[in-house]
Amino acid sequence: MSGATASLRALAAVSAGGLAVLMLAVMAGIVIGEAPLPLSAVLEVLSVRLFGADTLLDPIDAGIIWNYRLPRTLVAASCGAALSLSGLVLQSLVRNALADPYLLGVSAGASTGAVAVTILGVGGELIEHFRRCLCRCGAGLSDRRAAGARGGRRGGADGAGGHRRVAAFQRADVLFIAKSANAEQARGIMFWLLGNLSGVRWPDVTLAVPIAVLGFAACLIHARALDAFSFGTESAASLGVPVRRVQLVLIGAVTLMAAVMVSLVGAIGFVGLVIPHAMRFVVGVRHFRLIPATALAGAVFLIAADIVSRMLIAGQVVPIGVVTALVGAPGFAIILIRNRARA
Amino acid sequence: MKLVAQGLGWKAAGRAIVQGVDLDLVPGETFGLIGPNGSGKSTLLRLIAGLLPRAQGQVWLDGTPLHRMPRREIARRIALVSQHADTTETLTVRDAVELGRTPWLSAFSPFSDLDRQIVDDALDAVEMRHLAGQGWPSLSGGERQRVQIARALAQRPRLLILDEPTNHLDIHHQLALLRLVAGLDMTVVMALHDLNQAMGCDRVGVMQGGRMVACGRPADVISTALLSETFRVGARILTDPADDSLLYRFHMLENDG
Repeated sequence: MSGATASLRALAAVSAGGLAVLMLAVMAGIVIGEAPLPLSAVLEVLSVRLFGADTLLDPIDAGIIWNYRLPRTLVAASCGAALSLSGLVLQSLVRNALADPYLLGVSAGASTGAVAVTILGVGGELIEHFRRCLCRCGAGLSDRRAAGARGGRRGGADGAGGHRRVAAFQRADVLFIAKSANAEQARGIMFWLLGNLSGVRWPDVTLAVPIAVLGFAACLIHARALDAFSFGTESAASLGVPVRRVQLVLIGAVTLMAAVMVSLVGAIGFVGLVIPHAMRFVVGVRHFRLIPATALAGAVFLIAADIVSRMLIAGQVVPIGVVTALVGAPGFAIILIRNRARA
Repeated sequence: MKLVAQGLGWKAAGRAIVQGVDLDLVPGETFGLIGPNGSGKSTLLRLIAGLLPRAQGQVWLDGTPLHRMPRREIARRIALVSQHADTTETLTVRDAVELGRTPWLSAFSPFSDLDRQIVDDALDAVEMRHLAGQGWPSLSGGERQRVQIARALAQRPRLLILDEPTNHLDIHHQLALLRLVAGLDMTVVMALHDLNQAMGCDRVGVMQGGRMVACGRPADVISTALLSETFRVGARILTDPADDSLLYRFHMLENDG
């Protein structure tokens, strides 16, 4: 009994700590920027907006905080959490260390759709194109399922070739469409390819935050099931996991999270790959710990990446995908090398 | 637990791997499954556990059809240790054994003291408790095999299915495993390659070309005729003077190769 109480208390302490870290990161995301704002101003705006307190604050500062920095930071946090959770769940289900929404083509498929809309406009051509994109996404999914099934027999880190092929296909597709774009459209396309948080406003927050929270809950409920997948799908089934249903629910949740986030901020790569692996080092491989840690680290990481993208070159915003790639590409290499060493 | 199977069959790529197998497991017995490579032993074991899609035939557990039972209910009754279960995750030995409690825990129910005790007992049973904190990649093949068996024991099943459990094990741990299995208060079905080990089972079934060609007490079933026909080896049967148990010494058939 006392053991259970103690572990509950520990759980509450860890959750409170995690929330505190998240709040600090959000605060940092609001305070740091081209026009640095004092923390007191941020707190004042929040208290005005949330509790209806009186204020004598400069309306421009208040506008920057409430209408720009806060929604941007909240969306960054949601995206970071959602994308890294997507990566984690795909890695566990497919049993492939290199699985990630970006590499598996989920993000690329979403980008293709977005770029097609930008250039082709809405029309028969577009619908035909969209249909082909969907087919390709389907191919990616079934490829992935097949890789999962194979993994069940012999712990395979081999399915990734197919996924990367699908992703590369869609990249080529994007480039093909982009060739026919004018300069104005091209700027818009760069947004989808490399990610951008500049246009984020409150309506985006009301979509991103609930999706991230729901996705997090869906993953956490399946934490035990995901643990059971460590020895493959057959082993999971023999441990009482309804494999097909869990796969459907989780792949659905992952696809939804990745698609929503890409539609809001473009395709941001490497978050789903690097964050879960880093967290495995820190908290181990059990999903009950790994899922919250990954969500938190992903949120903090993307807020930090957003800050860096705003501060790296004075007067310019570097696409956030460039910043995540700067961290992610070496991380990707390390994971590849470690995997080879183990194989 | 009573398990009845009728007309079990399974095809892969159009080829029948197992066909028309009937099986009736007596509660508490140790049933050995023997047969040459590719005779369908592993597939039959997975059919009994209800793990293969598009299976032919029917399995009943205590009178309930297996396909009507939720996976969790099956996993509380049947545990399987397959030959190829491996992972690239850096789980510890204890993590891997704790997976055995999965069918008994809901999404949020915490690990109780009882669960912890069951995991400790399972680790003790396979002499792996001193390595509980070790990471999976550092384990030898035999150690991994013993952890898998501990994981199955932590499931507290009533039917334990083992696919060549003595594979990878040194002779001490082979004998320890067979003694452990003999002392378990549950029904055990295991595929074995060592026919001398199969002699210790209550009953054996002989698989050949996907069919069960013989089934019964080991001394009745395992004959020199069966050995030359099914396994393509000759054998001399020796008697151990210490306890009058029968031993086989194998040799290639004269007209072979």
